[in-house]
Amino acid sequence: MPRQRRPLDHPSRRDSFGSAPEDEGCASKLTQSGVGQVDFAAIFKAAFALVVGLDPGFLAIVGLSLRVTLSAVLIAGLIGLPLGAALALARFPGRSVVIVCLNALMGLPPVVAGLFVFLLLSRSGPLGPLGLLFTPTAMIAAQVILVLPIVIALTRQTVEDLWSEYRDHLRSVGLEGMRAIPTLLFDGRFALATALLAGFGRASAEVGAVLIVGGNIAGYTRTMTTTITLETSKGDLPLALGLGLVLIALTLAINAVAFGASRIGARYAG
Amino acid sequence: MIAPRRLLLIAGFSAALAGLALAQTATVAPPAASTPAAAGTRFITVSSTTSTQDSGLFGHILPLFQARTGIEVRVVSQGTGQALDTGRRGDADVVFVHAKAQEEKFLAEGFALERKPVMYNDFVLIGPKSDPAGVAGTKDIVAALKAIQEKSAPFVSRGDKSGTHSAELALWKIAGIDLDQKKGSWYRDIGQGMGAALNTAGGMGAYVLSDRGTWIAFKNRGDLTIAVEGDRRLFNQYGVMAVNPAKHPHVKVSDGQAFVNWLISPEGQKAIAEYKIDGQQLFFPNATQAGA
Repeated sequence: MPRQRRPLDHPSRRDSFGSAPEDEGCASKLTQSGVGQVDFAAIFKAAFALVVGLDPGFLAIVGLSLRVTLSAVLIAGLIGLPLGAALALARFPGRSVVIVCLNALMGLPPVVAGLFVFLLLSRSGPLGPLGLLFTPTAMIAAQVILVLPIVIALTRQTVEDLWSEYRDHLRSVGLEGMRAIPTLLFDGRFALATALLAGFGRASAEVGAVLIVGGNIAGYTRTMTTTITLETSKGDLPLALGLGLVLIALTLAINAVAFGASRIGARYAG
Repeated sequence: MIAPRRLLLIAGFSAALAGLALAQTATVAPPAASTPAAAGTRFITVSSTTSTQDSGLFGHILPLFQARTGIEVRVVSQGTGQALDTGRRGDADVVFVHAKAQEEKFLAEGFALERKPVMYNDFVLIGPKSDPAGVAGTKDIVAALKAIQEKSAPFVSRGDKSGTHSAELALWKIAGIDLDQKKGSWYRDIGQGMGAALNTAGGMGAYVLSDRGTWIAFKNRGDLTIAVEGDRRLFNQYGVMAVNPAKHPHVKVSDGQAFVNWLISPEGQKAIAEYKIDGQQLFFPNATQAGA
């Protein structure tokens, strides 16, 4: 059932989440604070109400944010890890130029990546017939562009260091050139996991690209960061900041899980 | 270095990755499958203004439309100029905006076949309670703008080609003030949406022209209050247009037209009139008014 159809009675929040909050009282108390007096109690109360209330609209926003960002990181990993490793081992003219460009692309402004994908996917653009503008797929595509340079650049550095350290050893067991890539990637897995986490951080924090290509459509392409932007423009600053706290907590949780997993993995692999 | 156990680990790792990728494509590939827009859902994309979205009007009327027709409406909310451009590029099926002159240009270019008036609300001049220009409580918007300019009282402009921005520029023109010559540091062009402009005005104690709907729904008022209201020149008409399929063959003609027809039907007009915040009606339906 589409969420917008639920009975709604709090005008200010239904546009953001497409559904009414369970805890009505808490939300309306947020309205009193102004720019001058920042009411931290209201901010924490808003964050708390969001998490405890488990509002389906809010959960859908969190779910979409995670789905878009994790998909982008996964795709960027599948492409970027082998490509970064290949770049570390390959020797060809202009290689330094490629490396410098990739390193520079780590600083690509999200809004530029978004605009690029927007023009590509717009009905008047080259990929217009696919009808992908204003969909989660478009958001994933834009974030892949943002994450990919980070994954490639950091993988290249990691694998190049490993290669110079273990070159003789790998050669002695017959692994030369591109055939050494799987082993090198595996040996560098902990450093590479950090590269993927850096990519995740970039994707989950950005708003410029997903806003442009997703359109911030309620219940369809609205993520945590675009909701924060919207609530800020509606003047509901405590709710916006409360959402920010939830986003930070999520990022923290994902990093903690990754750290824990790498610890256990390191012990197991000896 | 490559002990058999290691190879096994590598294989397992790759298999896990591949499995993950497969699971991911299964959930991601059909973009609409895991969202409320389940397979086969009819939807249209409407580009509209920040005022209809930020005021909460869509949150009220779209579920009613969907219950009636089964058509989901996906709203991309932008300034009027940008919303019309979205229609021009064919990225929306319907545009629902408020700047008559710009809408008529859209029509003249052939991007829509007809424009239907839907509703109006009005603009209000918002200002700080300290009222540095001395215009609070007056009804003449043109005199108020002249006073603001003469006293160089801070004024925030949307500056984003939105309907509100066009209305503001038209009012300066009526006041006989040539902004290109007269604008100084008091005139602050921020290039953002209505809510952002109100936040900015609140932050710097400036005047700002706002649509009443966004103002009523706005929560971060701080020191701001209504300075001037009730002038007929502050009238703000909304119109709706379905994008012309001759320009963009892929647009959803019948579902888009269904939305237009519903908005101007007695049922849609009633839904608009019934939307209230704190007992105040935000939009006044006038689809039947000639020349609106």
